[in-house]
Amino acid sequence: MAHFTKATSVKDWLNQRLAIDTIEKVMGSEYWIPKNINFLWAMGMVLVITFVLLLVSGIFLLMYYQPNIETAFYSVNFTIMRDVDFGWLWRHVHGVAASVVFLIIYIHMFTGIYYGSYKKGREMIWISGMLLFVAFSAEAFSGYMLPWGQMSYWAGMVITNLFSGGSLHADGLVEWIRGDYVPAQAFLTRFFMLHVLLIPLAILGLIALHFGSLRIPHVNNQDGEEIDFEKESKRYLNGDKAGSKVMRFANDFMSKDMMVVGVYLIFFFYLVFYNYGFAMDPVNFDPADGLKTPAHIYPEWYFLWSYEILRPFSVDIGLIAFGFAQVIFVLLPFLDRSPNTVAANRRGLFRIWFWMMLINMIILTAMGKLPPSGIYSTIGFFAAILFIAQWIALPFITMFEKKV
Amino acid sequence: MENNGRRGFMGKAFGAVAAVGAVGSLVAMKKSWDPLPSVKAAGFTTLDMTIYEENQLVTEKWRGKPIFVLKKTAEMVAKQTEKQKARDIIIGGSHYMVSIGLCTHLGCIPAYNATEQGFLCACHGGQFDFSGDVTKVPPPRGFDIPPFKIDGTKLVLGEAGPEYTKMKETGITL
Repeated sequence: MAHFTKATSVKDWLNQRLAIDTIEKVMGSEYWIPKNINFLWAMGMVLVITFVLLLVSGIFLLMYYQPNIETAFYSVNFTIMRDVDFGWLWRHVHGVAASVVFLIIYIHMFTGIYYGSYKKGREMIWISGMLLFVAFSAEAFSGYMLPWGQMSYWAGMVITNLFSGGSLHADGLVEWIRGDYVPAQAFLTRFFMLHVLLIPLAILGLIALHFGSLRIPHVNNQDGEEIDFEKESKRYLNGDKAGSKVMRFANDFMSKDMMVVGVYLIFFFYLVFYNYGFAMDPVNFDPADGLKTPAHIYPEWYFLWSYEILRPFSVDIGLIAFGFAQVIFVLLPFLDRSPNTVAANRRGLFRIWFWMMLINMIILTAMGKLPPSGIYSTIGFFAAILFIAQWIALPFITMFEKKV
Repeated sequence: MENNGRRGFMGKAFGAVAAVGAVGSLVAMKKSWDPLPSVKAAGFTTLDMTIYEENQLVTEKWRGKPIFVLKKTAEMVAKQTEKQKARDIIIGGSHYMVSIGLCTHLGCIPAYNATEQGFLCACHGGQFDFSGDVTKVPPPRGFDIPPFKIDGTKLVLGEAGPEYTKMKETGITL
Protein backbone atom coordinates (compact mmCIF):
# COMPACT_ATOMS: atom_id res chain seq x y z
CA MET A 1 0.00 0.00 0.00
CA ALA A 2 1.12 3.53 -0.75
CA HIS A 3 2.41 5.57 2.15
CA PHE A 4 0.15 8.43 3.27
CA THR A 5 1.20 11.25 5.57
CA LYS A 6 -0.89 13.68 7.55
CA ALA A 7 -2.15 16.24 5.06
CA THR A 8 -0.95 19.83 5.40
CA SER A 9 -3.84 21.28 3.38
CA VAL A 10 -6.95 20.22 1.48
CA LYS A 11 -4.93 20.34 -1.70
CA ASP A 12 -2.24 18.12 -0.23
CA TRP A 13 -4.92 15.72 1.02
CA LEU A 14 -6.37 15.46 -2.48
CA ASN A 15 -2.94 15.35 -4.05
CA GLN A 16 -1.93 12.30 -2.03
CA ARG A 17 -5.07 10.46 -3.11
CA LEU A 18 -5.71 11.74 -6.65
CA ALA A 19 -2.39 13.25 -7.81
CA ILE A 20 -4.19 16.42 -8.84
CA ASP A 21 -0.90 18.26 -9.39
CA THR A 22 0.17 15.71 -11.98
CA ILE A 23 -3.24 15.85 -13.64
CA GLU A 24 -3.09 19.64 -13.77
CA LYS A 25 0.35 19.49 -15.39
CA VAL A 26 -0.59 16.85 -17.97
CA MET A 27 -3.85 18.52 -18.93
CA GLY A 28 -2.90 22.18 -18.58
CA SER A 29 0.27 23.87 -17.50
CA GLU A 30 2.63 21.37 -19.15
CA TYR A 31 0.56 20.54 -22.20
CA TRP A 32 2.52 22.44 -24.82
CA ILE A 33 1.02 24.44 -27.67
CA PRO A 34 3.06 26.08 -30.45
CA LYS A 35 3.13 29.86 -30.44
CA ASN A 36 2.98 30.18 -34.23
CA ILE A 37 -0.79 29.89 -34.56
CA ASN A 38 -3.75 32.19 -35.18
CA PHE A 39 -7.39 32.58 -34.12
CA LEU A 40 -8.43 29.58 -36.28
CA TRP A 41 -6.74 27.36 -33.67
CA ALA A 42 -9.44 28.40 -31.21
CA MET A 43 -12.21 26.58 -33.11
CA GLY A 44 -11.73 23.43 -31.05
CA MET A 45 -12.56 25.30 -27.86
CA VAL A 46 -15.44 27.09 -29.61
CA LEU A 47 -16.81 23.64 -30.50
CA VAL A 48 -16.44 22.39 -26.93
CA ILE A 49 -18.37 25.43 -25.65
CA THR A 50 -21.09 24.95 -28.29
CA PHE A 51 -21.40 21.29 -27.35
CA VAL A 52 -21.85 22.29 -23.70
CA LEU A 53 -24.57 24.77 -24.75
CA LEU A 54 -26.33 21.97 -26.65
CA LEU A 55 -26.06 19.62 -23.69
CA VAL A 56 -27.39 22.09 -21.13
CA SER A 57 -30.25 23.40 -23.30
CA GLY A 58 -31.05 19.80 -24.26
CA ILE A 59 -31.37 18.76 -20.61
CA PHE A 60 -33.99 21.48 -20.04
CA LEU A 61 -35.90 20.60 -23.21
CA LEU A 62 -35.90 16.95 -22.15
CA MET A 63 -37.90 17.82 -19.02
CA TYR A 64 -40.99 18.83 -21.04
CA TYR A 65 -40.63 17.14 -24.43
CA GLN A 66 -42.98 14.17 -25.03
CA PRO A 67 -41.86 11.55 -27.57
CA ASN A 68 -45.37 10.68 -28.75
CA ILE A 69 -46.73 11.33 -32.24
CA GLU A 70 -49.94 12.78 -30.80
CA THR A 71 -48.30 15.15 -28.32
CA ALA A 72 -44.72 15.80 -29.50
CA PHE A 73 -45.59 18.76 -31.69
CA TYR A 74 -47.60 20.49 -28.97
CA SER A 75 -45.12 19.73 -26.21
CA VAL A 76 -42.53 21.65 -28.25
CA ASN A 77 -44.60 24.43 -29.79
CA PHE A 78 -47.02 25.00 -26.95
CA THR A 79 -45.66 23.66 -23.65
CA ILE A 80 -41.99 24.54 -24.12
CA MET A 81 -42.53 27.70 -26.14
CA ARG A 82 -45.40 29.24 -24.16
CA ASP A 83 -45.94 27.51 -20.83
CA VAL A 84 -42.44 26.91 -19.54
CA ASP A 85 -40.77 30.05 -18.24
CA PHE A 86 -37.74 30.67 -20.47
CA GLY A 87 -38.63 27.51 -22.43
CA TRP A 88 -38.18 29.53 -25.61
CA LEU A 89 -34.60 30.27 -24.56
CA TRP A 90 -33.61 26.60 -24.33
CA ARG A 91 -35.27 25.81 -27.62
CA HIS A 92 -33.68 28.71 -29.47
CA VAL A 93 -30.25 28.02 -27.93
CA HIS A 94 -30.61 24.36 -28.92
CA GLY A 95 -31.78 25.13 -32.46
CA VAL A 96 -29.25 27.88 -33.15
CA ALA A 97 -26.38 25.88 -31.61
CA ALA A 98 -27.29 22.83 -33.73
CA SER A 99 -26.93 24.97 -36.82
CA VAL A 100 -23.92 27.05 -35.79
CA VAL A 101 -21.98 24.00 -34.59
CA PHE A 102 -21.81 22.86 -38.22
CA LEU A 103 -20.54 26.26 -39.36
CA ILE A 104 -17.70 25.95 -36.83
CA ILE A 105 -17.08 22.31 -37.77
CA TYR A 106 -16.68 23.32 -41.42
CA ILE A 107 -14.28 26.16 -40.48
CA HIS A 108 -12.35 23.71 -38.25
CA MET A 109 -12.20 21.16 -41.11
CA PHE A 110 -11.09 23.59 -43.79
CA THR A 111 -8.47 25.06 -41.41
CA GLY A 112 -7.10 21.53 -41.04
CA ILE A 113 -7.10 21.01 -44.81
CA TYR A 114 -5.45 24.39 -45.48
CA TYR A 115 -2.57 23.88 -43.03
CA GLY A 116 -2.08 20.16 -43.76
CA SER A 117 -2.97 19.22 -40.18
CA TYR A 118 -3.94 15.69 -41.21
CA LYS A 119 -0.47 14.56 -42.24
CA LYS A 120 2.61 12.91 -40.74
CA GLY A 121 1.30 11.39 -37.55
CA ARG A 122 -1.82 13.55 -37.40
CA GLU A 123 -3.97 11.11 -39.43
CA MET A 124 -5.86 9.89 -36.38
CA ILE A 125 -6.77 13.46 -35.44
CA TRP A 126 -8.33 13.85 -38.87
CA ILE A 127 -10.08 10.46 -38.87
CA SER A 128 -11.52 10.85 -35.36
CA GLY A 129 -12.62 14.36 -36.35
CA MET A 130 -14.46 13.05 -39.39
CA LEU A 131 -16.10 10.36 -37.23
CA LEU A 132 -17.26 13.19 -34.98
CA PHE A 133 -18.68 14.92 -38.06
CA VAL A 134 -20.66 11.76 -38.90
CA ALA A 135 -21.88 11.45 -35.30
CA PHE A 136 -22.91 15.11 -35.20
CA SER A 137 -24.77 14.65 -38.50
CA ALA A 138 -26.68 11.69 -37.07
CA GLU A 139 -27.36 13.69 -33.91
CA ALA A 140 -28.65 16.66 -35.93
CA PHE A 141 -30.86 14.45 -38.07
CA SER A 142 -32.35 12.49 -35.18
CA GLY A 143 -33.00 15.73 -33.29
CA TYR A 144 -34.73 17.18 -36.32
CA MET A 145 -37.33 14.39 -36.13
CA LEU A 146 -38.41 15.23 -32.60
CA PRO A 147 -40.73 18.28 -33.04
CA TRP A 148 -42.74 16.02 -35.43
CA GLY A 149 -43.61 18.80 -37.83
CA GLN A 150 -43.97 18.46 -41.59
CA MET A 151 -40.22 18.83 -42.26
CA SER A 152 -39.40 16.36 -39.48
CA TYR A 153 -41.73 13.78 -40.98
CA TRP A 154 -40.72 14.20 -44.59
CA ALA A 155 -37.02 14.49 -43.90
CA GLY A 156 -37.42 11.25 -41.94
CA MET A 157 -39.22 9.64 -44.85
CA VAL A 158 -36.63 10.72 -47.45
CA ILE A 159 -33.51 9.98 -45.41
CA THR A 160 -34.64 6.54 -44.25
CA ASN A 161 -35.58 5.73 -47.86
CA LEU A 162 -31.91 6.23 -48.77
CA PHE A 163 -31.30 2.89 -47.05
CA SER A 164 -33.38 1.05 -49.64
CA GLY A 165 -30.23 1.35 -51.76
CA GLY A 166 -31.96 2.38 -55.00
CA SER A 167 -32.39 -0.63 -57.28
CA LEU A 168 -31.55 -3.00 -54.44
CA HIS A 169 -35.08 -2.35 -53.10
CA ALA A 170 -34.11 -3.15 -49.55
CA ASP A 171 -37.57 -2.07 -48.37
CA GLY A 172 -37.32 -4.56 -45.52
CA LEU A 173 -34.28 -2.71 -44.19
CA VAL A 174 -36.10 0.64 -44.41
CA GLU A 175 -39.10 -0.80 -42.56
CA TRP A 176 -36.75 -2.31 -39.97
CA ILE A 177 -35.11 1.07 -39.36
CA ARG A 178 -38.51 2.75 -39.05
CA GLY A 179 -40.27 -0.04 -37.18
CA ASP A 180 -43.24 0.64 -39.47
CA TYR A 181 -44.13 1.05 -43.14
CA VAL A 182 -43.97 4.81 -42.70
CA PRO A 183 -42.46 7.02 -39.98
CA ALA A 184 -44.81 6.57 -36.99
CA GLN A 185 -44.70 6.04 -33.22
CA ALA A 186 -41.97 3.37 -33.23
CA PHE A 187 -39.87 5.62 -35.46
CA LEU A 188 -40.25 8.70 -33.22
CA THR A 189 -39.43 6.85 -30.01
CA ARG A 190 -36.33 5.15 -31.38
CA PHE A 191 -34.97 8.37 -32.86
CA PHE A 192 -35.65 10.02 -29.51
CA MET A 193 -33.55 7.32 -27.84
CA LEU A 194 -30.76 7.79 -30.40
CA HIS A 195 -30.81 11.56 -29.98
CA VAL A 196 -30.73 11.73 -26.20
CA LEU A 197 -28.65 8.69 -25.33
CA LEU A 198 -26.85 6.51 -27.84
CA ILE A 199 -25.42 9.15 -30.19
CA PRO A 200 -24.42 11.56 -27.38
CA LEU A 201 -22.55 8.65 -25.73
CA ALA A 202 -20.76 7.98 -29.01
CA ILE A 203 -19.95 11.68 -29.36
CA LEU A 204 -18.44 11.83 -25.85
CA GLY A 205 -16.29 8.79 -26.61
CA LEU A 206 -15.18 10.25 -29.92
CA ILE A 207 -14.31 13.60 -28.32
CA ALA A 208 -12.06 11.73 -25.88
CA LEU A 209 -10.43 9.91 -28.82
CA HIS A 210 -10.06 13.19 -30.76
CA PHE A 211 -8.31 14.89 -27.84
CA GLY A 212 -6.20 11.81 -27.14
CA SER A 213 -5.06 11.66 -30.76
CA LEU A 214 -3.57 15.15 -30.34
CA ARG A 215 -1.22 14.27 -27.50
CA ILE A 216 1.57 12.51 -29.40
CA PRO A 217 1.77 14.53 -32.64
CA HIS A 218 0.75 17.80 -30.90
CA VAL A 219 -1.14 20.68 -32.46
CA ASN A 220 0.09 21.77 -35.91
CA ASN A 221 1.30 25.34 -36.49
CA GLN A 222 0.99 27.92 -39.27
CA ASP A 223 4.14 26.77 -41.09
CA GLY A 224 3.79 23.05 -40.47
CA GLU A 225 7.15 23.25 -38.67
CA GLU A 226 8.26 20.08 -36.90
CA ILE A 227 8.84 21.37 -33.35
CA ASP A 228 10.94 19.46 -30.80
CA PHE A 229 8.43 19.80 -27.96
CA GLU A 230 10.79 18.20 -25.44
CA LYS A 231 13.52 20.76 -26.10
CA GLU A 232 11.26 23.80 -26.46
CA SER A 233 9.31 23.05 -23.27
CA LYS A 234 12.59 22.71 -21.30
CA ARG A 235 13.63 26.07 -22.67
CA TYR A 236 10.34 27.55 -21.51
CA LEU A 237 10.62 26.00 -18.04
CA ASN A 238 14.23 27.23 -17.73
CA GLY A 239 12.96 30.78 -18.02
CA ASP A 240 13.45 31.58 -21.72
CA LYS A 241 9.74 32.06 -22.33
CA ALA A 242 10.26 34.54 -25.18
CA GLY A 243 12.73 32.34 -27.05
CA SER A 244 10.76 29.12 -26.72
CA LYS A 245 8.55 28.10 -29.63
CA VAL A 246 5.87 26.73 -27.31
CA MET A 247 3.59 27.95 -24.55
CA ARG A 248 1.49 26.36 -21.81
CA PHE A 249 -2.02 25.22 -22.71
CA ALA A 250 -3.24 26.80 -19.48
CA ASN A 251 -3.22 29.65 -18.93
CA ASP A 252 -1.18 31.01 -21.88
CA PHE A 253 -3.11 29.49 -24.74
CA MET A 254 -6.44 29.29 -22.87
CA SER A 255 -6.51 33.03 -22.24
CA LYS A 256 -6.38 33.71 -25.99
CA ASP A 257 -8.72 30.79 -26.71
CA MET A 258 -11.34 32.13 -24.35
CA MET A 259 -10.97 35.60 -25.86
CA VAL A 260 -12.11 34.13 -29.19
CA VAL A 261 -14.83 32.19 -27.37
CA GLY A 262 -16.04 35.49 -25.85
CA VAL A 263 -16.38 37.12 -29.27
CA TYR A 264 -18.08 33.98 -30.56
CA LEU A 265 -20.57 33.91 -27.67
CA ILE A 266 -21.61 37.50 -28.36
CA PHE A 267 -22.28 36.53 -32.00
CA PHE A 268 -24.03 33.34 -30.86
CA PHE A 269 -26.41 35.03 -28.43
CA TYR A 270 -27.07 37.81 -30.93
CA LEU A 271 -28.42 35.01 -33.16
CA VAL A 272 -30.35 33.39 -30.32
CA PHE A 273 -32.09 36.60 -29.30
CA TYR A 274 -32.53 38.50 -32.55
CA ASN A 275 -31.99 36.19 -35.51
CA TYR A 276 -33.00 32.65 -34.61
CA GLY A 277 -35.35 32.35 -37.61
CA PHE A 278 -32.74 30.68 -39.86
CA ALA A 279 -32.68 27.67 -37.51
CA MET A 280 -36.48 27.34 -37.33
CA ASP A 281 -37.94 26.26 -40.66
CA PRO A 282 -41.47 27.70 -41.10
CA VAL A 283 -42.68 24.45 -42.71
CA ASN A 284 -41.89 22.61 -39.48
CA PHE A 285 -44.51 24.70 -37.68
CA ASP A 286 -47.18 22.53 -39.36
CA PRO A 287 -47.82 19.23 -37.59
CA ALA A 288 -46.63 16.10 -39.44
CA ASP A 289 -49.08 14.87 -42.11
CA GLY A 290 -48.29 11.61 -43.87
CA LEU A 291 -50.66 12.38 -46.73
CA LYS A 292 -49.28 15.76 -47.73
CA THR A 293 -45.71 16.46 -48.87
CA PRO A 294 -44.57 20.07 -48.41
CA ALA A 295 -44.12 21.85 -51.76
CA HIS A 296 -40.35 21.98 -51.42
CA ILE A 297 -38.33 19.67 -49.21
CA TYR A 298 -34.75 20.60 -48.42
CA PRO A 299 -32.46 19.68 -45.55
CA GLU A 300 -30.89 22.16 -43.14
CA TRP A 301 -28.15 24.25 -44.78
CA TYR A 302 -25.27 22.10 -43.50
CA PHE A 303 -26.44 19.03 -45.43
CA LEU A 304 -27.23 20.89 -48.67
CA TRP A 305 -23.91 20.26 -50.41
CA SER A 306 -24.15 16.47 -50.14
CA TYR A 307 -27.87 16.58 -50.95
CA GLU A 308 -27.05 18.47 -54.16
CA ILE A 309 -24.60 15.70 -55.10
CA LEU A 310 -27.47 13.20 -54.75
CA ARG A 311 -30.05 15.19 -56.67
CA PRO A 312 -29.03 15.65 -60.32
CA PHE A 313 -28.47 11.95 -61.07
CA SER A 314 -30.75 8.96 -61.58
CA VAL A 315 -31.38 7.13 -58.32
CA ASP A 316 -28.53 4.57 -58.33
CA ILE A 317 -25.79 6.87 -59.59
CA GLY A 318 -27.09 9.56 -57.24
CA LEU A 319 -26.79 7.23 -54.26
CA ILE A 320 -23.27 6.18 -55.26
CA ALA A 321 -22.23 9.84 -55.68
CA PHE A 322 -23.83 10.67 -52.32
CA GLY A 323 -22.07 7.77 -50.58
CA PHE A 324 -18.80 8.87 -52.18
CA ALA A 325 -19.25 12.43 -50.89
CA GLN A 326 -20.03 11.14 -47.39
CA VAL A 327 -16.87 9.06 -46.95
CA ILE A 328 -14.28 10.70 -49.17
CA PHE A 329 -13.17 13.35 -46.66
CA VAL A 330 -12.13 10.61 -44.23
CA LEU A 331 -9.60 9.37 -46.78
CA LEU A 332 -7.94 12.77 -47.23
CA PRO A 333 -4.69 11.86 -45.37
CA PHE A 334 -4.18 8.95 -47.76
CA LEU A 335 -5.29 10.67 -50.97
CA ASP A 336 -2.88 13.56 -50.41
CA ARG A 337 0.40 11.99 -51.60
CA SER A 338 2.60 15.04 -51.02
CA PRO A 339 5.25 14.97 -48.24
CA ASN A 340 4.73 18.70 -47.52
CA THR A 341 3.04 19.68 -44.28
CA VAL A 342 2.69 23.37 -45.05
CA ALA A 343 -0.07 25.87 -45.70
CA ALA A 344 -1.91 25.38 -48.99
CA ASN A 345 -0.67 28.73 -50.37
CA ARG A 346 2.85 27.26 -50.60
CA ARG A 347 1.79 24.04 -52.30
CA GLY A 348 1.31 24.95 -55.98
CA LEU A 349 -1.59 23.06 -57.53
CA PHE A 350 -2.97 22.04 -54.16
CA ARG A 351 -3.59 25.72 -53.43
CA ILE A 352 -5.93 25.88 -56.45
CA TRP A 353 -7.48 22.55 -55.41
CA PHE A 354 -8.21 23.87 -51.93
CA TRP A 355 -9.90 27.09 -53.01
CA MET A 356 -11.85 25.33 -55.78
CA MET A 357 -13.10 22.76 -53.27
CA LEU A 358 -14.18 25.46 -50.82
CA ILE A 359 -15.97 27.54 -53.48
CA ASN A 360 -17.55 24.48 -55.08
CA MET A 361 -19.00 23.38 -51.74
CA ILE A 362 -20.53 26.84 -51.32
CA ILE A 363 -22.00 26.58 -54.85
CA LEU A 364 -23.37 23.09 -54.10
CA THR A 365 -24.90 24.44 -50.89
CA ALA A 366 -26.59 27.31 -52.74
CA MET A 367 -27.92 25.05 -55.53
CA GLY A 368 -29.24 22.54 -53.01
CA LYS A 369 -31.46 25.26 -51.56
CA LEU A 370 -32.90 26.32 -54.95
CA PRO A 371 -35.67 24.39 -56.74
CA PRO A 372 -34.33 21.53 -58.88
CA SER A 373 -35.15 22.95 -62.30
CA GLY A 374 -33.70 24.88 -65.25
CA ILE A 375 -30.31 26.54 -64.89
CA TYR A 376 -29.96 25.58 -61.19
CA SER A 377 -30.26 21.93 -62.13
CA THR A 378 -27.47 22.35 -64.71
CA ILE A 379 -25.14 24.27 -62.38
CA GLY A 380 -25.78 21.71 -59.64
CA PHE A 381 -24.99 18.86 -62.02
CA PHE A 382 -21.64 20.32 -63.10
CA ALA A 383 -20.72 21.31 -59.54
CA ALA A 384 -21.39 17.70 -58.42
CA ILE A 385 -19.24 16.34 -61.27
CA LEU A 386 -16.47 18.80 -60.38
CA PHE A 387 -16.57 17.73 -56.71
CA ILE A 388 -16.03 14.08 -57.64
CA ALA A 389 -13.41 14.95 -60.27
CA GLN A 390 -11.42 17.01 -57.76
CA TRP A 391 -11.18 14.09 -55.36
CA ILE A 392 -10.13 11.71 -58.13
CA ALA A 393 -7.48 14.23 -59.24
CA LEU A 394 -6.11 14.83 -55.73
CA PRO A 395 -3.61 11.90 -55.55
CA PHE A 396 -2.21 12.83 -58.97
CA ILE A 397 -1.73 16.55 -58.38
CA THR A 398 -0.15 15.96 -54.96
CA MET A 399 2.08 13.11 -56.17
CA PHE A 400 4.07 15.48 -58.35
CA GLU A 401 4.24 18.28 -55.82
CA LYS A 402 7.75 19.63 -55.23
CA LYS A 403 9.22 19.24 -51.74
CA VAL A 404 9.06 22.61 -50.03
CA MET B 1 5.07 -19.34 -17.68
CA GLU B 2 4.05 -22.88 -16.96
CA ASN B 3 0.40 -21.97 -16.39
CA ASN B 4 0.02 -20.27 -19.77
CA GLY B 5 -1.73 -23.32 -21.17
CA ARG B 6 -4.38 -23.10 -18.44
CA ARG B 7 -4.80 -19.34 -18.88
CA GLY B 8 -5.11 -19.82 -22.62
CA PHE B 9 -7.80 -22.43 -22.05
CA MET B 10 -9.68 -20.13 -19.65
CA GLY B 11 -9.45 -17.29 -22.16
CA LYS B 12 -10.83 -19.48 -24.93
CA ALA B 13 -13.59 -20.81 -22.70
CA PHE B 14 -14.63 -17.27 -21.82
CA GLY B 15 -14.40 -16.28 -25.49
CA ALA B 16 -16.80 -19.10 -26.41
CA VAL B 17 -19.31 -18.08 -23.72
CA ALA B 18 -19.03 -14.42 -24.73
CA ALA B 19 -19.48 -15.23 -28.43
CA VAL B 20 -22.68 -17.18 -27.78
CA GLY B 21 -23.97 -14.32 -25.62
CA ALA B 22 -23.01 -11.69 -28.19
CA VAL B 23 -24.78 -13.51 -31.03
CA GLY B 24 -27.82 -14.04 -28.85
CA SER B 25 -28.04 -10.40 -27.83
CA LEU B 26 -27.55 -9.23 -31.43
CA VAL B 27 -30.53 -11.40 -32.45
CA ALA B 28 -32.61 -9.90 -29.65
CA MET B 29 -31.54 -6.36 -30.58
CA LYS B 30 -32.37 -6.89 -34.24
CA LYS B 31 -35.78 -8.34 -33.38
CA SER B 32 -36.57 -5.52 -30.99
CA TRP B 33 -36.15 -3.07 -33.86
CA ASP B 34 -38.58 -5.02 -36.08
CA PRO B 35 -42.05 -3.58 -36.76
CA LEU B 36 -44.50 -4.73 -34.07
CA PRO B 37 -47.07 -7.43 -34.91
CA SER B 38 -49.85 -4.86 -34.58
CA VAL B 39 -48.15 -2.77 -37.23
CA LYS B 40 -47.61 -5.74 -39.53
CA ALA B 41 -51.21 -6.87 -39.16
CA ALA B 42 -52.40 -3.48 -40.45
CA GLY B 43 -55.67 -4.36 -42.17
CA PHE B 44 -57.00 -4.07 -45.65
CA THR B 45 -58.53 -1.01 -47.25
CA THR B 46 -61.65 -1.40 -49.40
CA LEU B 47 -62.44 1.28 -51.96
CA ASP B 48 -65.84 1.83 -53.59
CA MET B 49 -64.80 2.59 -57.16
CA THR B 50 -68.12 4.11 -58.27
CA ILE B 51 -67.68 7.37 -56.37
CA TYR B 52 -64.70 8.80 -58.29
CA GLU B 53 -64.95 11.64 -60.82
CA GLU B 54 -63.00 11.60 -64.09
CA ASN B 55 -59.55 13.24 -64.13
CA GLN B 56 -59.84 14.13 -60.44
CA LEU B 57 -57.10 12.72 -58.27
CA VAL B 58 -58.24 11.31 -54.94
CA THR B 59 -55.75 10.26 -52.27
CA GLU B 60 -56.77 7.29 -50.12
CA LYS B 61 -54.76 5.72 -47.30
CA TRP B 62 -53.44 2.17 -46.99
CA ARG B 63 -50.93 1.06 -44.33
CA GLY B 64 -50.14 4.70 -43.61
CA LYS B 65 -49.23 5.33 -47.22
CA PRO B 66 -51.11 7.56 -49.65
CA ILE B 67 -52.89 5.74 -52.49
CA PHE B 68 -53.57 7.69 -55.69
CA VAL B 69 -56.88 6.90 -57.43
CA LEU B 70 -57.47 8.54 -60.80
CA LYS B 71 -60.45 7.68 -62.99
CA LYS B 72 -59.37 8.17 -66.58
CA THR B 73 -61.42 10.13 -69.13
CA ALA B 74 -62.41 8.47 -72.42
CA GLU B 75 -59.94 10.74 -74.19
CA MET B 76 -57.12 9.59 -71.87
CA VAL B 77 -57.99 5.94 -72.44
CA ALA B 78 -58.07 6.48 -76.21
CA LYS B 79 -54.61 8.06 -76.40
CA GLN B 80 -52.89 5.56 -74.09
CA THR B 81 -49.89 3.60 -75.30
CA GLU B 82 -49.69 -0.16 -74.66
CA LYS B 83 -47.29 0.45 -71.80
CA GLN B 84 -49.63 2.91 -70.11
CA LYS B 85 -52.64 0.64 -70.69
CA ALA B 86 -50.91 -2.26 -68.98
CA ARG B 87 -51.05 -0.32 -65.70
CA ASP B 88 -54.84 0.19 -65.89
CA ILE B 89 -57.23 -1.39 -63.43
CA ILE B 90 -60.57 -1.89 -65.20
CA ILE B 91 -63.69 -2.01 -63.05
CA GLY B 92 -67.23 -1.80 -64.50
CA GLY B 93 -65.85 -0.70 -67.88
CA SER B 94 -63.99 2.30 -66.41
CA HIS B 95 -60.21 2.60 -66.43
CA TYR B 96 -58.44 3.58 -63.22
CA MET B 97 -54.93 4.42 -62.23
CA VAL B 98 -54.47 3.12 -58.67
CA SER B 99 -50.98 3.31 -57.19
CA ILE B 100 -48.94 4.06 -54.10
CA GLY B 101 -48.61 7.84 -54.17
CA LEU B 102 -44.96 7.97 -53.21
CA CYS B 103 -42.20 8.96 -55.58
CA THR B 104 -40.12 5.85 -56.31
CA HIS B 105 -37.01 7.95 -55.81
CA LEU B 106 -37.12 8.79 -52.11
CA GLY B 107 -40.77 8.66 -51.14
CA CYS B 108 -42.15 12.20 -51.39
CA ILE B 109 -45.75 12.64 -52.55
CA PRO B 110 -45.89 14.09 -56.08
CA ALA B 111 -48.64 16.60 -56.94
CA TYR B 112 -51.13 16.06 -59.79
CA ASN B 113 -51.75 18.73 -62.40
CA ALA B 114 -55.15 18.05 -64.01
CA THR B 115 -54.60 20.29 -67.04
CA GLU B 116 -51.22 18.81 -67.91
CA GLN B 117 -52.41 15.36 -66.81
CA GLY B 118 -49.16 14.54 -65.04
CA PHE B 119 -47.42 14.38 -61.68
CA LEU B 120 -44.47 16.44 -60.48
CA CYS B 121 -42.43 15.56 -57.41
CA ALA B 122 -41.24 18.73 -55.69
CA CYS B 123 -38.41 17.06 -53.82
CA HIS B 124 -36.05 16.18 -56.64
CA GLY B 125 -38.00 17.12 -59.78
CA GLY B 126 -39.20 13.67 -60.91
CA GLN B 127 -42.23 13.50 -63.25
CA PHE B 128 -44.91 10.89 -63.97
CA ASP B 129 -47.69 10.70 -66.57
CA PHE B 130 -51.39 10.13 -65.79
CA SER B 131 -50.95 6.37 -65.83
CA GLY B 132 -48.32 6.68 -63.12
CA ASP B 133 -45.39 5.83 -65.38
CA VAL B 134 -42.17 7.79 -64.94
CA THR B 135 -41.34 10.44 -67.56
CA LYS B 136 -38.37 12.25 -65.95
CA VAL B 137 -35.57 11.04 -63.62
CA PRO B 138 -34.43 10.71 -60.83
CA PRO B 139 -37.27 8.20 -60.02
CA PRO B 140 -36.17 4.83 -61.45
CA ARG B 141 -39.69 3.55 -62.29
CA GLY B 142 -43.36 4.41 -62.31
CA PHE B 143 -45.46 4.42 -59.16
CA ASP B 144 -45.69 1.07 -57.43
CA ILE B 145 -49.12 -0.55 -57.54
CA PRO B 146 -50.36 -1.92 -54.19
CA PRO B 147 -51.56 -5.53 -54.01
CA PHE B 148 -55.23 -5.39 -55.02
CA LYS B 149 -58.21 -7.64 -55.67
CA ILE B 150 -61.25 -6.66 -57.71
CA ASP B 151 -64.48 -7.48 -55.93
CA GLY B 152 -67.46 -6.35 -58.08
CA THR B 153 -67.30 -2.55 -58.11
CA LYS B 154 -65.05 -2.59 -55.08
CA LEU B 155 -61.27 -2.75 -54.86
CA VAL B 156 -59.60 -4.46 -51.90
CA LEU B 157 -56.06 -3.23 -51.16
CA GLY B 158 -53.65 -5.54 -49.36
CA GLU B 159 -54.84 -8.75 -51.02
CA ALA B 160 -53.32 -9.98 -54.29
CA GLY B 161 -55.92 -10.86 -56.94
CA PRO B 162 -55.22 -12.45 -60.35
CA GLU B 163 -54.94 -9.06 -62.10
CA TYR B 164 -52.33 -7.90 -59.60
CA THR B 165 -50.39 -11.16 -59.79
CA LYS B 166 -50.25 -10.76 -63.57
CA MET B 167 -48.92 -7.21 -63.27
CA LYS B 168 -46.28 -8.40 -60.86
CA GLU B 169 -45.23 -11.28 -63.09
CA THR B 170 -44.93 -9.06 -66.16
CA GLY B 171 -42.82 -6.58 -64.19
CA ILE B 172 -45.28 -3.68 -64.43
CA THR B 173 -44.96 -3.19 -60.70
CA LEU B 174 -42.53 -4.43 -58.12
